[in-house]
Amino acid sequence: MKVVVQHEALDPYKEIKHHEDTVLESGKHGGVVSFVGTMRDFNDGEDVSAMNLDHYPGMTEKHIEAVCQEAMDGWDVMDVLVVHRVGDMYPSDPIVLVAVWSAHRASAFDACRYVINYLKERAPFWKCEVTTEGKKHWVEHNSKDPGVAESREKSA
Amino acid sequence: MEIDVKFFASLRERMGRTSDKVTLEGEATVSDVWGQVSSEPMPGNILVAVNKEYTDLSQVLKNGDEVAFFPPVTGG
Repeated sequence: MKVVVQHEALDPYKEIKHHEDTVLESGKHGGVVSFVGTMRDFNDGEDVSAMNLDHYPGMTEKHIEAVCQEAMDGWDVMDVLVVHRVGDMYPSDPIVLVAVWSAHRASAFDACRYVINYLKERAPFWKCEVTTEGKKHWVEHNSKDPGVAESREKSA
Repeated sequence: MEIDVKFFASLRERMGRTSDKVTLEGEATVSDVWGQVSSEPMPGNILVAVNKEYTDLSQVLKNGDEVAFFPPVTGG
């Protein structure tokens, strides 16, 4: 299990490859399910040109790690990798990668969804968007995945 | 006791500072800390953490605790 919060640009596919090459035992996993969250150029009807992502160093990592551990305990998965950006970013930039390796696909899909949903709910990050007109505003709340409440129970 | 206080995101801007230090006498809770840093009631959507774990205003504090106040989280 690996959790990284970084200012540097994120290349999710390079991260997946690097993790497979350096951490995972070759030939043991049957697949990897990944979620890559990217920055949109719109929100609530406004055109967005840039974003700053703030976080609470220490608490953010701790809560992502807790969610990953719950996924490792809750499903038959081999490993979980989360890389999350902070700082300044622009439309189409990757914000977050969640990758889950397992022997079989069902548990990887379910665990990946669990991690991204609960990361969004619990990890302290805050988005501050800048519109194309130069207005700055804090995003008040995340949109909710309809499956968030029961995703763990359904598969247990 | 001495308590380190942190503010994040829109609340940090509203408070005009990223952190604060408060001194409290006797048994004190998170609610007492808020009373020291602001003259206004805490907005209903504000979340509270003590030593980087979520909690609420009723948590009793000890010397050196770190108390954070912040708006709903929007990562991912």
